[in-house]
Amino acid sequence: MRPAERLRAEAVTLAYGRRVVAENLTAVVPDGGFTVIVGPNACGKSTLLRALARLLPPRAGQVVLDGRSIASQPTKAVARQIGLLPQSSIAPPGIAVEDLVARGRYPHQSLLRRSLERDRTAVARAMAATGVSDLAEQVVDELSGGQRQRVWIAMALAQDTEIILLDEPTTFLDIAHQVEVLELLARLNRQGKTVVAVLHDLNQAARYASHLIVMADGQQVACGPPAAILTEDLISRVFGLPCLVMPDPVTGAPLVIPRSAERLGPIA
Amino acid sequence: MNRLRRRRAALQLALGLAGLGLAVIALGLGDYPLTPAQVLAALTGQETGFAHTVVVDWRAPRVAVALVFGAALAVSGALFQSLTRNPLGSPDVIGLSTGSYTGALVAVAWLGSGRLATGGGALIGGLVTAGLVYALARRDGAQGFRLIVVGIGVTAMLHAFNLFLLMRLREEVAMTAAIWGAGSIGLIGWDQAGPAIVALALIAPLVVACAPGLRQLELGDDAAGGHGLKVEPTRLAILALGAGLTAIVTASAGPIAFISLAAPQIAQRLTRSAATPLLASALLGGLGLLAADLVAQFALPVAAPTGAVTVVLGGAYLVDLMIREARRLR
Repeated sequence: MRPAERLRAEAVTLAYGRRVVAENLTAVVPDGGFTVIVGPNACGKSTLLRALARLLPPRAGQVVLDGRSIASQPTKAVARQIGLLPQSSIAPPGIAVEDLVARGRYPHQSLLRRSLERDRTAVARAMAATGVSDLAEQVVDELSGGQRQRVWIAMALAQDTEIILLDEPTTFLDIAHQVEVLELLARLNRQGKTVVAVLHDLNQAARYASHLIVMADGQQVACGPPAAILTEDLISRVFGLPCLVMPDPVTGAPLVIPRSAERLGPIA
Repeated sequence: MNRLRRRRAALQLALGLAGLGLAVIALGLGDYPLTPAQVLAALTGQETGFAHTVVVDWRAPRVAVALVFGAALAVSGALFQSLTRNPLGSPDVIGLSTGSYTGALVAVAWLGSGRLATGGGALIGGLVTAGLVYALARRDGAQGFRLIVVGIGVTAMLHAFNLFLLMRLREEVAMTAAIWGAGSIGLIGWDQAGPAIVALALIAPLVVACAPGLRQLELGDDAAGGHGLKVEPTRLAILALGAGLTAIVTASAGPIAFISLAAPQIAQRLTRSAATPLLASALLGGLGLLAADLVAQFALPVAAPTGAVTVVLGGAYLVDLMIREARRLR
């Protein structure tokens, strides 16, 4: 029998104050997969990701990591297993790239115990993996958007976790930098990391995900390999968008092409 | 070590040396002037006569208090500014000093005068005000800007209440209270300086222990939480430490404005550091308060309270800060 997946949300109710975003939501993160969460705005994608990262305690139900409720585990111990790239982070003004990346080492440090050697190696490895080693002494504020995003990913990598969660890592990037970031995540995934990302672009999701979670109104409406679940019917149900799904000529993954119903009429 | 860190280390060394140098000069200044060599001889015990009495018993408390209190105020300011991510988010702006003054006035009005009443009242007043501001600003976690706005509102109310109390007090009591309220480190001897310095020294290691958490909070709550920081408890602990530092200083010396506001910002500009250089702020705060106290004693036609000098210098700094911010936003 296959062992249970390391990270999953079991029947969680997620809410900000009185606003309930999701009720009785169950979602599983396959180990070693590249999971992408998609869905319309305000469907609870980011909320689910924050719950998986232990940032948002569920009102009911539980998030389970390695068979135990994540809320019952020490925060730093969880942070050594799950890394997170939040939607918006703040670079302290004037901070150098390597200093920012080094802040990802926090869960491995304590006042009394700290391995400078291991910190240095992890920071160097994270910067090399994201291609920012040459920028080590540069000031983060002065970098381009694409470079800055790679630095943030490096910070999450320096955390040295098996699972890494990313909330809309491609937002605000131009298309070349979007692809660059996604290729980077795919490479990290091939090297063994479990990657979970919230993405907006369905085609990018279909192209890179090994496991797709489609959400609507706080519920998971479909999950599985993109090729198996991404149908015209599903997309029109979830997004209210009539569209055509055909194989991507480059990768063979499903390619979603919106129809404009009134103006063009059916294409096929 | 990268170039920013080298720069910071060099600057900290320079600030430390400047502070010590100025301290030696300050110990020699006064009605009985001494050369730096004589001061050093008195400090090391080679000189035991009158010079020793002047330096160690008379002048040293004031100089030590200036250095330590300045450092404490600056660190307190650095903690608050880092948490609020705003150069205006310093304890004197959000009402802690005013609250200490209220506490002192209440103590003087109802419990009788005396340093113990003023000090105790000020300590409690400052901490209660900090708690009040935090409680009023708290909603899904205390956010920086709201904390400042609430703090400014609380300051205004407490200020009005302070004036009301001063008007009601007997004249001589009001005079004493007003002198305390101007903020002066000149009236402190070793017997009062000692406990305050010990209390501040006890807080210092706690600040050091909180520093990594502070660095994480600078990245935003989500990133900090993702790194395994307990965000809200850490923020509360840092606020409590910052409030404690300011309250202890204010309890012994009265409100001394603007050191907490200006020192961290100037330190940051000098080090070009990534937010809140705690050590550089402390060094600069000590140096700044000592310099302000020397100006108060010797550079003016009439000796003035230290607090009056920091207000004037700080006011100039505040105008400069406003102009810079306005330019930046335009």
